[in-house]
Amino acid sequence: MATVYETVIGLEVHVELATETKMFCGCPTAFGAPPNTQVCPVCLGLPGSLPVPNARAIAYALKAALALECEIDPECRWDRKNYHYPDLPKGYQITQYARPLARSGHLRFSITETNGDTVDREVRIRRLHMEEDTGKSTHEGLPGTSTGVDLNRAGVPLIEIVSEPDIRTPEEARVYLQALRTLLLYTGVSDVKMEEGSLRCDANVSVRPVGEDTLGVLVEIKNMNSFRSVQRALEFEVNRQVDLLQSGGRIVRETRHWDDRREITFSSRSKEEAHDYRYFPEPDLGPCDLTPAFVEQTRQSLPELPTAKCQRYISLGLSGYDASVLAMDPPLASFFDAMLRAGGAPRESAALLTVELLGRLNATGIAIHDPACRVTPSALAELQKLVADGTINGKIAKEVLDEMVQTGATARTVVENRGLRQVSDEGAILEAVRSVLTANPVEVADYRDGKEKLFGFLVGQVMKATRGKANPALVNAVLRRELQGRSE
Amino acid sequence: MELYESTVHGLQTRLAAGELSAEELAEAVLERIDHVEEDIHSFVYRRLREEVLAEARAVDASRMRGDALGPLAGIPIALKDNLNTRGLPTTCASAILEGYIAPYDATVVESLAQQQAVVIGKTNMDEFAMGSSTEHSAYHPTRNPWDVGRVPGGSSGGSAAAVAAGEAIAALGSDTGGSIRQPASFCGIVGLKPTYGRVSRYGLVAFASSLDQIGPLTRDVRDAAIVLGAIAGHDRRDATSNPGEVPDYLAGIESGCRGLRLGVPRQLLGEGVAAEVRSAVLAALDLLTELGADIEECSLPTLPHALDAYYVIAPAEASSNLARYDGVRFGHRTRGSQSYREMFERTRAEGFGPEVRRRIMLGTYALSAGYYDQYYGKAQQVRTRICREFELAFERYTALVSPTAPTTAFRFGERMADPLQMYVNDICTVPVNLAGLPAISLPCGFHDGLPIGLQIIGRPMDEATILTLAHAYEQAADLGRRRPPLSRVPMGNDREE
Repeated sequence: MATVYETVIGLEVHVELATETKMFCGCPTAFGAPPNTQVCPVCLGLPGSLPVPNARAIAYALKAALALECEIDPECRWDRKNYHYPDLPKGYQITQYARPLARSGHLRFSITETNGDTVDREVRIRRLHMEEDTGKSTHEGLPGTSTGVDLNRAGVPLIEIVSEPDIRTPEEARVYLQALRTLLLYTGVSDVKMEEGSLRCDANVSVRPVGEDTLGVLVEIKNMNSFRSVQRALEFEVNRQVDLLQSGGRIVRETRHWDDRREITFSSRSKEEAHDYRYFPEPDLGPCDLTPAFVEQTRQSLPELPTAKCQRYISLGLSGYDASVLAMDPPLASFFDAMLRAGGAPRESAALLTVELLGRLNATGIAIHDPACRVTPSALAELQKLVADGTINGKIAKEVLDEMVQTGATARTVVENRGLRQVSDEGAILEAVRSVLTANPVEVADYRDGKEKLFGFLVGQVMKATRGKANPALVNAVLRRELQGRSE
Repeated sequence: MELYESTVHGLQTRLAAGELSAEELAEAVLERIDHVEEDIHSFVYRRLREEVLAEARAVDASRMRGDALGPLAGIPIALKDNLNTRGLPTTCASAILEGYIAPYDATVVESLAQQQAVVIGKTNMDEFAMGSSTEHSAYHPTRNPWDVGRVPGGSSGGSAAAVAAGEAIAALGSDTGGSIRQPASFCGIVGLKPTYGRVSRYGLVAFASSLDQIGPLTRDVRDAAIVLGAIAGHDRRDATSNPGEVPDYLAGIESGCRGLRLGVPRQLLGEGVAAEVRSAVLAALDLLTELGADIEECSLPTLPHALDAYYVIAPAEASSNLARYDGVRFGHRTRGSQSYREMFERTRAEGFGPEVRRRIMLGTYALSAGYYDQYYGKAQQVRTRICREFELAFERYTALVSPTAPTTAFRFGERMADPLQMYVNDICTVPVNLAGLPAISLPCGFHDGLPIGLQIIGRPMDEATILTLAHAYEQAADLGRRRPPLSRVPMGNDREE
């Protein structure tokens, strides 16, 4: 019997912090400026310049660490990581090595399995540390073999989040990354855009026979630029490793690059030489010295995080699936929470939001937090309440929402202007019922002969006669009474 | 006394009284430079005469308008060439920075400009401040004004020689392991290394960041106090700068040393200290005793290991600090390379001199995987222990006294063949940098016409006390009137060789 292999994955994630200025100087961090226009002596590494830590970047990093339930080192230190590269201006990167800001955290998330069940997972965070970003090398638009260097990104604050090797499938790796992204979006410390490089992911992958305790030979995968490519690259790599072992081969410890176009990983030889980064304490900077009060204040400033949010939604009566869909999408969750604050009933509001409003917005390609979305949370909550208190019925509500999406009018305005208020006047309904019964003698006779399905047809006729506005419950009751009364 | 031989405070009195204009003073110093510079070679860059005179005239105009002027207004000052100056070359006496013009001023340069001091040029040094003789300059050696066959010390040799030779009234240098104090000692002037963090390092080209400190080189102690007062203070651009208030260093400078208890670490006055230096220092201690100080021998047992620790830590930091000279963004770049790596290697091989290359290799090795604990880690332990021993000593003593250097100025080439011989010269000064303490060197005698320096080490942030002690000794010893023989060379003397 062939050996069954288990996959072991750990992720190293770099996140750019959304500060106005860089980690160690006052240069702006905005993305996409012309090359080398957001630089100064410090981030250019000019002789004599010195780094000064950005207090907001440290506060943001702390916030992320607390959101990941990490232990904080209030006296965390800076180190230098020495290596030579054209886009590394000082010839070293200021980072944290021996004393990172945070250790021993957790990220909790749930995975939806193929049978639709959701499974809760927890991946341990080994460490979270702060560092400065490098510049970028480019060959675009340059003659021959020459290389251009853009140092706008040099010195942008980063955090690196290293997981323990707790991830067991490529899909789980993707979901972990998405959950991490959501968590960071909630904290507001980064815009976490993979396409702009503010979220970057490297993976360490190995396989081992099931039941084996020691890890297999580790391969590092780089250059995965989307959530999809993380999963695809890892799937490819796991298959490659298993195939290699099954055919009697050996895994080599190496760094491989993912080629998104060819959908393969390939060995990047330039990185094969073992690096000796000669880490040592950064003499230009003292310890961070985070006071307990500051740590506590930052902890208090954290918003409600996805796991807690999801639990709260479930306790309000939402299904696990709906709760998770809402909680994992910060703008959606914030819309939903605003509906709740406006008095919307939880389950009905969730349905109205995720099915009706999102369905309409998706059809037009508008996002919920877009200004083009003309429906406000309180307006949608009002719509839900109009249904709940019987002012309109569910069918009319959809018509009302159509108009709200188009015009931005409130539910009540639409209802009043178009006279869509539900008819609950028993006299009016009785009149409609009687005229329907009179107009459909054949169906009435068949119904009395036992064709009970025709009751629905008759209800439909009454609704049609009232242009959908009649209170369906009342229609049912009056119709049944009238049919019975006439047979007697 | 010639104008160019005067002190900052002496000149300031005359400037303030209107007996002298800044322009006349600048003229006198420029003329002096014209006469002696070809013998001394203090400078690697001299500002244009007209620029200097224009600045001096601006100070005079300012004075005429009745502006409140500081004690350095109109005083010609020289800057070590590792201090960034906007618009002037800053080369660190290295070929790799030949022609490099910094786009910004060091904080100390800004401070001097605010005080309306007149910068006259950039002084020679050992390349990147690595050396004790200024022989490691990529451009030319600087000669000692007391004997042009001898070195001025280093690495701030150009600054020390300029002040001693009358080419500047005062100068700034930097001190990583003695680079202000040792050349001050060799050139018979006063040199002060402030407490680590007292003066901003922003704009000082880094050699070893945890040890570097900028300080004054002056003709007397009072001038050192004045210049320190002008450059000290907190700077938000240097995260290691001390936020403490800057005291008035002149306020208590006359208060004498009566009753102060001074320690003399026996490890700094033992083997390796030349007999003439030893006897001059002992004589100085006698004089201090006469002045009322209470002097005892003391012991700091780890001091003999300071040099070993220093020559691991300083090169380790230097190997990292000097990684940025890669030819990519500024400075020298070797052309015609086929790859980044080749360009990088050739640029550095051509741009750095042998001593800098040696220290980069030493430091790289000391930080390498597998050697870190053995070298860098161990050196840090020694450093910690030395700091502790100084702390203990300062529980008992107000200040510590020692020679500044174990010898007087040596001859050119004498120590170039054996780097260890050169390094040993720093034995009395490096412990002070390792512990981040303030220390001053001032003349305490002569041997064969060469000056000998006395070092006074103070408690952290207590520059005021060592200035007071040094001032008391200086007044009593009265060596100040002695000038280098160079000053007796008649003006206009032709120097064809």
